[in-house]
Amino acid sequence: MITLFLLSVIIFIGGQVLPGNVGRAILGPFADERAVEALNQQLGVDRPLLVQYWDWISRFVQGDMGTSYIFRSPVAPFIADALLNSFKLALVAFAIVVPLGILGGVFAALNVNRPLDRIISLGGLSATVLPEFVTGIILILIFGVWLRWLPISAAWPAGAGPLTQLYYLILPALPLFLVLFGYIARMARSGMIEALDSDYTRTAVLKGLPWSTVIWRHVLRNALLPTITVIATQIGYLIGGLVVVETLFRYQGIGSLIFTAARGKDFPMLEAGILTIGFVFASTTLAADLAYSLLNPRIRLGAER
Amino acid sequence: MSVIEAPLPRERGRIAGTIAALGRSATFLAGAAIVLFWVLCALFGQHFVPYDPLADDIINSFTPPSVEHWFGTDQLGRDVFSRVIVGSRDILTVAPLATLLATVIGTALGLITGYFRGLVDEVISRILEAFMAIPVVIVALLAIVALGPSTLTVIAVIGLSFSPIIARTVRAAVLSERELDYVAAAKLLRENAFSIMFVEILPNVLPPILVEMTVRLGYAIFAVATLSFMGFGIQPPSPDWGLSVSTNYGMIGGGFWWTVLFDALAIATLVIGVNLMADGLQGALDD
Repeated sequence: MITLFLLSVIIFIGGQVLPGNVGRAILGPFADERAVEALNQQLGVDRPLLVQYWDWISRFVQGDMGTSYIFRSPVAPFIADALLNSFKLALVAFAIVVPLGILGGVFAALNVNRPLDRIISLGGLSATVLPEFVTGIILILIFGVWLRWLPISAAWPAGAGPLTQLYYLILPALPLFLVLFGYIARMARSGMIEALDSDYTRTAVLKGLPWSTVIWRHVLRNALLPTITVIATQIGYLIGGLVVVETLFRYQGIGSLIFTAARGKDFPMLEAGILTIGFVFASTTLAADLAYSLLNPRIRLGAER
Repeated sequence: MSVIEAPLPRERGRIAGTIAALGRSATFLAGAAIVLFWVLCALFGQHFVPYDPLADDIINSFTPPSVEHWFGTDQLGRDVFSRVIVGSRDILTVAPLATLLATVIGTALGLITGYFRGLVDEVISRILEAFMAIPVVIVALLAIVALGPSTLTVIAVIGLSFSPIIARTVRAAVLSERELDYVAAAKLLRENAFSIMFVEILPNVLPPILVEMTVRLGYAIFAVATLSFMGFGIQPPSPDWGLSVSTNYGMIGGGFWWTVLFDALAIATLVIGVNLMADGLQGALDD
């Protein structure tokens, strides 16, 4: 909640106070002074700041996100479309990275300090620290330009079915995958190592359970809890990554919407986009906290004694 | 070995040990070699590159890599090899300055919150946490739209958005340090809080700050390159890597891979180099 409030204030200051004269910014330096004033009045930016802020935030909460300066039409439908597209991209990225990241971490942990562990850990670490547009460009060159396996733009033909959409989304999802893989694998690996080293695992092995049962029933359950938290904290990163990836692959998502709005000084669109992202981020973080407490019996909320 | 056995002060013995450990760390040396290479390119590159990185030569545009142009030429016929070498300069100026700013602010905040604790800590820590939740790219977009794209804005944005993380690290280190005897002694000597924080505690929490700073430098390079790629960072006609990728990637569908690949690889090597250094430094300090 504090984060959301702070974000809204920052957005408001950044979007409406710092640029100075909004009408001048839209109409350009050569516009008539009276036209600028008229536009300022029409947009309501000549009123006191607190009034503006209250007006903006209260309407936003009610679902009225304002009118785009550029498109001269309500912002909300643009945001909704873009959010859906971004959600698809994020879903593809997560669908690849969560299983593979956990698998990678588990295999690394089962082979601690052997070559496989080194490869997974070092590879994951290197991929994590590289900017998305760098890995994106290299992937485009390999799979799009040289091998010609995948399309280099994420804009699928109109009316494409889900499978075609998926085909177009694989390449854009890969840079996000590369950044996230290292984090998730590292968490899964350390969780696994800790769980493998624990007393309950030793007990399970000593009482003669088959190795696969020990891994599945005893180790994995305990090892993967912290990983869930890490996946949740990466949603904030993912949003930043979406801005870059969507721009690189010319994909009509929330990231590229914000980017275009920022370039065109379309403040209502920019503010609404960023606040929406903030809201999505806050609610996913909350959902992750709840999921964590549901999965972990030790901190189950409101448990009876 | 005899040096270490000699009755050295605690501090100097530890620093000497750390430097020796760094010299043995293959990770650190490999990272340092890569970073040193790019620093030398940034400092002296323009004197030994074969072509002027900014000189157009339209007749020879988009020539693939050859003996004359090792990395080919771009849309305006500029030599890509020369541009990649000299292109290290801006990112290696902006990213370290941003990191320095983040470290100074973060260290000050970390010392204050860790030393005073209580209400001061609560208030500042909550605000910092809220800031940490906002992705850097978003803050940057807003700030740059509001203030206009300039390297100063980039330094300020990255410096400010990285400082909470550094503050958290420093705070954690200060919390355990403030319980030690030398702090109590300083208090008995009626040293003021400012001098206890910055003269007594700060030197003792330097190692974690140094590690954190190197890690943040890697992220700062990541962020600067990304912002340049988005058109919000370093501005043309600089041969900056992120900027070059951004101006040329629209044409890779035509097969002009050499205009972007080498810039992308340059960023990749620099980022990995800094991270290897951070990794090695962490390992050496843990020993």
